[in-house]
Amino acid sequence: MAECHPVGFQWVMEAKARGATLIHIDPRLTRTGALADLHVPIRAGTDIALLGGLINYVLSNGLEFREYVVNYTNAATIINEEFKDTEDLDGLFSGWRDDTSSYSSDSWQYEGVRVASAAGKRQQGAKQAREAVEQRAYQRHATERGHEHGSHGAALEDLHKLRRDETLEHPRCVFQLLKRHYRRYTPEMVARICGIPEALFGQLARAVTENSNRNRTTAWAYAVGWTQHTVGVQYIRAASVLQLLLGNIGRPGGGILALRGHASIQGSTDIPTLYNLLPGYLPMPHPDSHGSLDEYVADDSAETGYWGNMRAYAVSLLKAYWGDAATADNDFCFDYLPRITGDHSTYQTVQAQLDGTCKGYFLNGQNPAVGSANARAQRLGMANLDWLVVRDFALIESATWWKDGPEIESGELRTEEIATEVFFLPAAAHTEKDGSFTNTQRMLQWHQKAVEPPGDARSDLWFWYHLGRRIRAKLAGSTNERDRPILDLNWHYSTSGPNSEPSAEEVLQEINGRRGDGSCLSTYEELTDDGSTACGCWIYCGSYAGGVNQTARRKPHTEQNWVAHEWGWAWPANRRLLYNRASADPQGRPWSERKAYVWWDAEKKKWTGHDVPDFQPTKPPDYRPPEGAKRQDALSGVDPFIMQADGKGWLYVPAGLSDGPLPTHYEPQESPVPNLLYGQQQNPARQLSRRRDVDPYQPSGDDRGSQVFPYVLTTYRLTEHHTAGGMSRWLPYLSELQPEMFCEVSPELAAAVGLDHLGWATIVTARSAIEARVLVTDRMVPVRVHDRIVHQVGLPYHWGRNGITTGDSANDLTHMSLDPDVHIQEVKALTCDIRPGRRPRGPDRRRLIAEYQQQAGLVAATGTAHRTTERHGEPA
Amino acid sequence: MGIRETFLPWPVFRQVRSMVAAGDRLARGAAARSSRTDQLKPRTMTADRVVGSVCPYCAVGCGQLVYVKGEQVVQIEGDPASPVSRGRLCPKGAATKQLVTNPLRETRVRYRRPHGTDWEDLDLDRALDMIADRVIATRAQTWADRDEQGRRLRRTMGIAALGGATLDNEENYLIKKLGTALGAVQIENQARI
Amino acid sequence: MTEKLLEGTKDPAPDSGYPQPPRRMGFFTDTSVCIGCKACEVACKEWNLIPDDGFSLLGMSYDNTGMLGADTWRHVAFIEQDRPLGRQNNAVALMPTGPSASAPNALMVAAGLGEEHGARLGTETGAIQLEPNTDGKPRQPVSADGRTELRWLMASDVCKHCTHAACLDVCPTGSLFRTEFGTVVVQEDICNGCGYCVPACPYGVIDQRKDDGRVWKCTLCYDRMSDGQEPACAKACPTESIQYGPLDELRERAAHRVARLHDAGVADARLYGADPDDGVGGTGAFFLLLDKPEVYGFPPDPVVTTRDLPAMWRHTLFAAVAVAATALAAFAGARR
Repeated sequence: MAECHPVGFQWVMEAKARGATLIHIDPRLTRTGALADLHVPIRAGTDIALLGGLINYVLSNGLEFREYVVNYTNAATIINEEFKDTEDLDGLFSGWRDDTSSYSSDSWQYEGVRVASAAGKRQQGAKQAREAVEQRAYQRHATERGHEHGSHGAALEDLHKLRRDETLEHPRCVFQLLKRHYRRYTPEMVARICGIPEALFGQLARAVTENSNRNRTTAWAYAVGWTQHTVGVQYIRAASVLQLLLGNIGRPGGGILALRGHASIQGSTDIPTLYNLLPGYLPMPHPDSHGSLDEYVADDSAETGYWGNMRAYAVSLLKAYWGDAATADNDFCFDYLPRITGDHSTYQTVQAQLDGTCKGYFLNGQNPAVGSANARAQRLGMANLDWLVVRDFALIESATWWKDGPEIESGELRTEEIATEVFFLPAAAHTEKDGSFTNTQRMLQWHQKAVEPPGDARSDLWFWYHLGRRIRAKLAGSTNERDRPILDLNWHYSTSGPNSEPSAEEVLQEINGRRGDGSCLSTYEELTDDGSTACGCWIYCGSYAGGVNQTARRKPHTEQNWVAHEWGWAWPANRRLLYNRASADPQGRPWSERKAYVWWDAEKKKWTGHDVPDFQPTKPPDYRPPEGAKRQDALSGVDPFIMQADGKGWLYVPAGLSDGPLPTHYEPQESPVPNLLYGQQQNPARQLSRRRDVDPYQPSGDDRGSQVFPYVLTTYRLTEHHTAGGMSRWLPYLSELQPEMFCEVSPELAAAVGLDHLGWATIVTARSAIEARVLVTDRMVPVRVHDRIVHQVGLPYHWGRNGITTGDSANDLTHMSLDPDVHIQEVKALTCDIRPGRRPRGPDRRRLIAEYQQQAGLVAATGTAHRTTERHGEPA
Repeated sequence: MGIRETFLPWPVFRQVRSMVAAGDRLARGAAARSSRTDQLKPRTMTADRVVGSVCPYCAVGCGQLVYVKGEQVVQIEGDPASPVSRGRLCPKGAATKQLVTNPLRETRVRYRRPHGTDWEDLDLDRALDMIADRVIATRAQTWADRDEQGRRLRRTMGIAALGGATLDNEENYLIKKLGTALGAVQIENQARI
Repeated sequence: MTEKLLEGTKDPAPDSGYPQPPRRMGFFTDTSVCIGCKACEVACKEWNLIPDDGFSLLGMSYDNTGMLGADTWRHVAFIEQDRPLGRQNNAVALMPTGPSASAPNALMVAAGLGEEHGARLGTETGAIQLEPNTDGKPRQPVSADGRTELRWLMASDVCKHCTHAACLDVCPTGSLFRTEFGTVVVQEDICNGCGYCVPACPYGVIDQRKDDGRVWKCTLCYDRMSDGQEPACAKACPTESIQYGPLDELRERAAHRVARLHDAGVADARLYGADPDDGVGGTGAFFLLLDKPEVYGFPPDPVVTTRDLPAMWRHTLFAAVAVAATALAAFAGARR
């Protein structure tokens, strides 16, 4: 955190000054570790084993926050009899199918309740045969829609039939399943898998549990070190399980805090430039089930919880998109939406480029030639395009690979033979345009234009608005049915200034939403499903409440309370802490005076506190839903997790995930050791790329050839640079602070391999070989894992060939094996070899890789087995 | 030019005068001040306007103040009023002025024709027009109205976009809106990465 | 009288022609909370429009600036040590590490730094390559002297703004001057690049810029101070490691902080430059260190290099008089 979010770290330092304990878990001792009370070195890629160890420590010592767990989580809920755990199936859950390498989640469900991972629910509604239901549910999974729920959990039917055992003794209640699932995650096992000595684990476990109770809360902060794995979503889930057991969610000082790395990466998730989502986490429609708006809503909305209002959100979005053209008679132009039929994420796009089916590519302030996994594949993909548009501040590597990329140097590509037409359009900086960023705590902040952009530089608002305007003009008069969505598009924004800049305020107003008379809406509770409201992103409704740009508020923090509601605006409804009903006990009283945040005021009969309550404001704690209640009315006055269909925090996820209801330790796609817990080596449901020719995988564990790549490799950022370098490697003041690509190794590894401090090293994987200067440092420590000592190599990933400071790109080494739920690549833990000296030049570079591949006995099938346990299907 | 302008400002004269006048016995303090020093003013004080902004790097969202003089950004520093950052910045945030005023920023449209060996100049308006043509042509070429089972797709898999995490919400909104109307579903950003 | 002439009193401004000066202002750099982010280096450069200082990987942990100089007015040092930090537990003792590379590392670092100023080094990558592993055989692990502890110290260095500033004493042009806040500032319109001040500084702070010859160093953002604004580095510092304020207040705060650290088990915590009775009369920019000053590259016992000047002049005067007397005597004798 000190490395990549130094200014956020001021609050950690302040907490520390007040007596908080700071623990840093990382393969390297970073600048965070330098200030921590305790540094816990860990083998990269094993955090679920550690978190599972902590969960086991809590459960086996009875340290859970009982009242919180019973009332606010699904610990008491009883699970389907058919469910089989990884303990029964040697690392697999029930429902595994070899033919498609994925799970059918039917057996994971709550007993007595149909947890509709949407598909099941839809089919049931259509009264089709059970067999067909399974087939469709399965198909749906296979097309990668497990993660579409976005901000909400899966829908539940027949909620009143849900069975709970609040003594938590029932052998099939979630609590007991958890106990059983994690019972082998002992301190000794943690030591053998993660390389964390037992004594150190004990210190960590005591610190975390002793600091989690009515009076105290523990927070976990993470960044992509937890997400860039083939089990990334389950990393976060594991932390959620621990935090829910300890009562650390929805309370001040608690939580699992995502430290996101770009100014508006949260905003680009909420108002997604993501293939599977529409604004506000509405799913993109699927041809399988979404023939009409009714089907779409029936399929994806929940009957209970706030997601029951999805139709109003969807209709309002369609009205924002297609304005007057969207009417009840034409399903509000629902049919204008394109359909997704599987994973169309960025790594599929790269493969489609290599295949030649994706022909045109826009890069908006992104540098995949350096920043995306398997950067060579990225460049080869771009070399196969018809046209490429790059919008950035400088001529980044993704704009110039055709003349000076590594493949030109190696002779794999020849400039004259590359047919890609490249447009570089300079981008305006944040000081040269109006607009809002959404920061990592969901807060929108407006930045004002200070000056005009230089030369041809323009905002992306300008580019996309005027591009759309031109396309509309060129297609005007078209009678082709496919052009209707463009011609009917509500694309009217006023422009001003010398460059005809469109009004960002107007766009924000559209996002916020308007009534039929054009006035701005104030809250998403006002949204309707009859077409009388238009709203571009329902969760942002209220950001322009009262016709005032709430995101531009800058009332000094010194002039308001510590929650600072009048600075910017946070979604939803300006709440600064989500699910904050959990900061009070079931009766609505603060858990303790010290941790009071939101509570029930019995006299005034409403929720009150320091923050905007994340709850229906007047629903009393003793409210119990009548049978058949819908939407938020179906949740009791106790249930804090109002976006979930049952209002509970999910320790166990009955539907919605592709790789299991409980986080389980699997080794990374490439690992130097076998999985000590199960016969199943990797996440069986992990996603692999199709192109072994550019994306080969290395052998793992004790497989033949794995010793050719004996070291663990992990990538990371430095304080002094930013991501793929577009905003730092061209700046002298930042470049001089970290002027060259380097690798970090322990003195032991340096001695073993013959690396000299400040000398050169070549790092090799089956994908490529790069060179880096060597920093030998005590901050890298080898770990004793299983029966061997494992060395780790650290690589910052900022460098490329352009800019003031240059170097090889770490991502040339990485592969495109992905998490199955969100399709994020595993670049935080893989294996490599490292040797002294500079890498070979020209064609010799590929020759070296070929040699390594041969040594390791690499074939197309290497590393691609999904199921590795033999015990599949047999009870333990 | 009189003696007042030529000789009197000489440091040694100034020092001697001030030693006597101000009691700066060794002439290392007030006596040594040049007229430039006397006139020093911070450019945060002399800016034409100060504009509220937000740091463009990571997602902490530190408040910034942008100082503008003569329609040029002359300083960017932390906004002490921000409850997020209390006026502080990291090295990247502190380098923001260099980011936006960097002479190494490319501010012209660059164009590389198919099989070309170098960049060429291209008018911005012409570039936008060419891109619009490419989008329309590729979309027409790769349009898929229905899948092999006759189900509605209404899309093109021929056009993709990557990027948005560094852009404004309003910009992401327009990208997704236009992309959706065009039927381009492969709209992605760093949040995936 | 002459002894006090150059040194003046403990508060330099009143002696410098400011009869009723504002309070003496300075920096307290508390290295115990420094996170090594280098925001101070960048904020300083942005404000003072300082050129870059060269692009060379120095291998001094994460420090690639090397030291203070004409183009680096704030410098963050990074020190990796095999010692514990207070009650911090970094687990190294529990890990299967064995041999230490601290000593070899130190040698490499020294080689990397080479010349006195980092900026002159390694402008060409690979220039500092050491002993290539020519035989290609893996090397034996370093001897098992055992590394059992690790702490990573970071500290932001800056001009000390001495109470008795030698640079000021030797400046023949009046370019260097004492401000009303008690700080020491170079006037870029006066400096003629004679460079006398460079060897005079006991800390090696002040430095000549190659392409223009003049000397440059921290001004404590004199222009900002004049308007009541804090210096750029202190304003940016995310963790308040750099604190700016009236010197007496800072000294009080620092003493309190040292006591707290001692209570917390950080026995080596100490102040550097806060003592008005040290060799430079105390500094306007002082530090809280977690180890001996030399670990951070500070001279352990700095002395104002012009301390003996008055006495020397006195001796010189005495000698001159004696020579004159002798000469007179000789003339007198000759006449006889």
